[in-house]
Amino acid sequence: MTVITESVLQAAPVTKTRGYWGTVGRRILRDKVSLICACVLIAIFLSALFAPWLGLADPYQGSMIRRLRPIGTPNYPLGSDELGRDMLARLIYGGRLSLIIGILPVVFAFMIGTVLGIVAGYVGGKLNTAIMRTVDVFFAFPSVLLAIAISGALGAGIVNSIVSLTIVFVPQITRVAESVTTGVRNMDFVDAARASGAGALTIMRVHILGNVLGPIFVYSTGLISVSMILAAGLSFLGLGTKPPEPEWGLMLNTLRTAIYVNPWVAALPGVMIFAVSICFNLLSDGLRSAMDIRE
Amino acid sequence: MTKLVEVENLNVRFTGERTVHAINGVSFSLGEGEVLGLLGESGSGKSVTLRALMRLLPKKRTVINGSIRVAGRDVLALDDDELSMFRGATVSMIFQEPALALDPVYTIGQQISEAVIRHEGKSQREATARALEMLEVVRIPSAKRRLDAYPHEMSGGMRQRAMIALALACKPKILLADEPTTALDATVQIQILLLLRELQREFGMSVIFVTHDIGVAIEICDRVAVMYAGQIVETGTLRQIVRSPLHPYPRGLLASTTHGAKRGQRLETIPGTPPSLDKAPTGCSFAPRCALAEARCTEALPPAIDVGDGRMARCVLAERIQPASV
Amino acid sequence: MSEATLPKAMLERIEDFGGAAQPLLKVVGLTKHFPVRGGLLSKARTVRAVDNVSFEIAKGETVGIVGESGCGKSTTARLLMHLMTRDAGEILYDGMQVGRALSLRELRRGMQMVFQDSYASLNPRLTIEESIAFGPKVHGMDDAPARKLARELLDKVGLRPETFANRYPHEISGGQRQRVNIARALALSPRLVILDEAVSALDKSVEAQVLNLLADLKSEFGLTYLFISHDLNVVRYISDRVLVMYLGEVVELGPVDQVWDAPAHPYTRALLAAMPAADPDNRTETPPITGDPPNPIDPPPGCRFHTRCASAEPMCSAASPTLTDLDGAGHQAACYMAIPGSGHSRASAAEKAA
Repeated sequence: MTVITESVLQAAPVTKTRGYWGTVGRRILRDKVSLICACVLIAIFLSALFAPWLGLADPYQGSMIRRLRPIGTPNYPLGSDELGRDMLARLIYGGRLSLIIGILPVVFAFMIGTVLGIVAGYVGGKLNTAIMRTVDVFFAFPSVLLAIAISGALGAGIVNSIVSLTIVFVPQITRVAESVTTGVRNMDFVDAARASGAGALTIMRVHILGNVLGPIFVYSTGLISVSMILAAGLSFLGLGTKPPEPEWGLMLNTLRTAIYVNPWVAALPGVMIFAVSICFNLLSDGLRSAMDIRE
Repeated sequence: MTKLVEVENLNVRFTGERTVHAINGVSFSLGEGEVLGLLGESGSGKSVTLRALMRLLPKKRTVINGSIRVAGRDVLALDDDELSMFRGATVSMIFQEPALALDPVYTIGQQISEAVIRHEGKSQREATARALEMLEVVRIPSAKRRLDAYPHEMSGGMRQRAMIALALACKPKILLADEPTTALDATVQIQILLLLRELQREFGMSVIFVTHDIGVAIEICDRVAVMYAGQIVETGTLRQIVRSPLHPYPRGLLASTTHGAKRGQRLETIPGTPPSLDKAPTGCSFAPRCALAEARCTEALPPAIDVGDGRMARCVLAERIQPASV
Repeated sequence: MSEATLPKAMLERIEDFGGAAQPLLKVVGLTKHFPVRGGLLSKARTVRAVDNVSFEIAKGETVGIVGESGCGKSTTARLLMHLMTRDAGEILYDGMQVGRALSLRELRRGMQMVFQDSYASLNPRLTIEESIAFGPKVHGMDDAPARKLARELLDKVGLRPETFANRYPHEISGGQRQRVNIARALALSPRLVILDEAVSALDKSVEAQVLNLLADLKSEFGLTYLFISHDLNVVRYISDRVLVMYLGEVVELGPVDQVWDAPAHPYTRALLAAMPAADPDNRTETPPITGDPPNPIDPPPGCRFHTRCASAEPMCSAASPTLTDLDGAGHQAACYMAIPGSGHSRASAAEKAA
């Protein structure tokens, strides 16, 4: 069905010229869900970034007498945790670490995986086999297990958990990058570029990268939520952040004993993890459909 | 002659990110046992017209106005159950790409017999017998063996024959053909055209044949409607259209053919490109490309002028021709 | 004349070496077989996509290649462009062997290609100007003169640079895109342009425009064309000589009028007879051949056409006929019926007809 409507559209000369990314931007601005998600994420980012200037309570300052206050207590708008620290401040400060260990591994994996995938997809042959079979080895393990194993081997700590999560995501992104690249590589315009005498590096830079970056980016955005949850899991197991650092996964862990005393407060870090990951997921869905411009 | 299909002032608009006025006031009719060709270039609305007849356009994004009567029934008023009985039994369709139109997970025999069982309530045995008969009708060699073949096991020409067999299995009154030979090789195309011609006579059905290729239309059509920018610009018998087109568009189209053109001699061309369809036409859509355009061509939509003999042209030039004198 | 109209920053044209008598392209014994992996128990098979194809293209000439799908015409184009490695055969550009006297990089300046799918052959993320300027930049031109050249070429192919240069491929029509592809091919100032079904996807009225454009460009830039198409009318209109291919082999070649008016190979005759009629009172009544073109996997032995040929005799499946001169004017056919004294029962009769 789309075929005919497309051919109808094709006949229509377009009057206004807008680049590909311009069109994508316009389409995503029209998508309400993506817009709301982007706003929520930006709000969380900014509050985490500017946390010291928001006039919040000290997130490390506890109080033995004001422990586990319910939500809405004066001076404790979101209650207090098991050591009497202000939950609002800890949630906002916690965003700093949580977002960093949620996003950084994906950023690193995106860079490494894209390069590996494009090279494997474009060059093909033995190099492709070598890269992709290595990637397959990592796929044999469930990502949670792999993250725990690598983290465990490297030892606890923020840097190590970022490294382990990066290693978990590289194979996934490589595989996506490779399959998209293989598709683009067989397009006539790549042959046309080869026919004009361009070298492999130039073709990858000019003709492949621009066409594969979009899908890989969308896929990676979706991984951010996985990364946040895995990072929270590592902290929960004591393999990530160490107390008293505020971090959502760790907070969830330490507050779990209070689940019967004050369930609402105990659930708050989980709510944050959930909110951020669902926003990233919906945003990547929105991006995917916005970038799916069929000509 | 009774009219099997009567389309009256059909308008189809695609909504969505961009509005496309795909069909703008199309009227035509199809008589019993007649082969009507819808001739036009890509984007002229010929396939959309065909799909509208079978209500195959995406519901959400399409606005259809006008009336479509097929075999005395109002197609636009059919509900889903009536529609599924209508498709296949009264009207059936063959497509350009049989590889996409046939279901890859069922054998040819299963697909044909399933259609027969659904529409005619026959038993499995009768349906299989009909499937075999249909494969023989479309001249598939060793038909018995082919019953158990999957679409991907057949060559392009065989698949197209199988699709024709499937389309004709329930003896529809009308066959809609959407460029069924375009994707085929030349030596196969002519075989399929001759087969369709023969089957049309044998079954006495009516055919609407969509094509962009005048040569193909010449091989199979009785009457031709030439489409441009979502309108029928001229209708007439095949001979009238090929020998003495009235509208400048079919005239230009026929003149620009490479058939019989001398090497080194420039080809006649129609300058420019078809208009965008984001607005409904207010004047003649062809006027910007027409060498004979006058001021009034762009001022108002030229009327559909009946020049007699069932011949119509949507062009002010046709006014000079006296009706009935042709 | 072409030198004067081009900007100074234009790439140096590949010099003519051999003079007019030297064919611009000489292909000898070109062969490409693709292995098809068999199942666990079945043995591996090969697609003989191009099999021992030889021909020459003279300077300034237009050579057409016709044939049905699977006949190897597009594979031939890609082999000539060195987009694929060949299994055997030699390709000589102006008498120079690629890799010896002529580097691959130089060859790509001298030989360019226009693909069938106008959309797939343009990078959707680059503007039209960037796409055209890409080739010259690869060959060392600076960005500004390359863009200037791109705009001049756009003008040459009939697209106003100010309206089209900054557009993206999806924003223009198929005919306009194919003009862009032609401009891109010309940006390296090649002498030979391979047009692989370059007008096949276009509407008839647009096709005529592009064919006229190709004729104009040919005389302006002194180009030589290899025109691959399945449309016999177009091939006859544009070509001087024509090759007819069937299942990877050349079955007939010669000046287009001779081949069309007196086809010597039964396959050529069938192809010509399969063209839809142009006259409503003279429709085709019987199909010239039945059946589909066979799969190029493991083609039949002997003459590959004998399975569909009405006049096939035992000798046709025993050994394959070679291309044989028919009239001394370059008309050749690979059919026993056209070879005098070949032993085919219709050989002498066929000779008289030719």
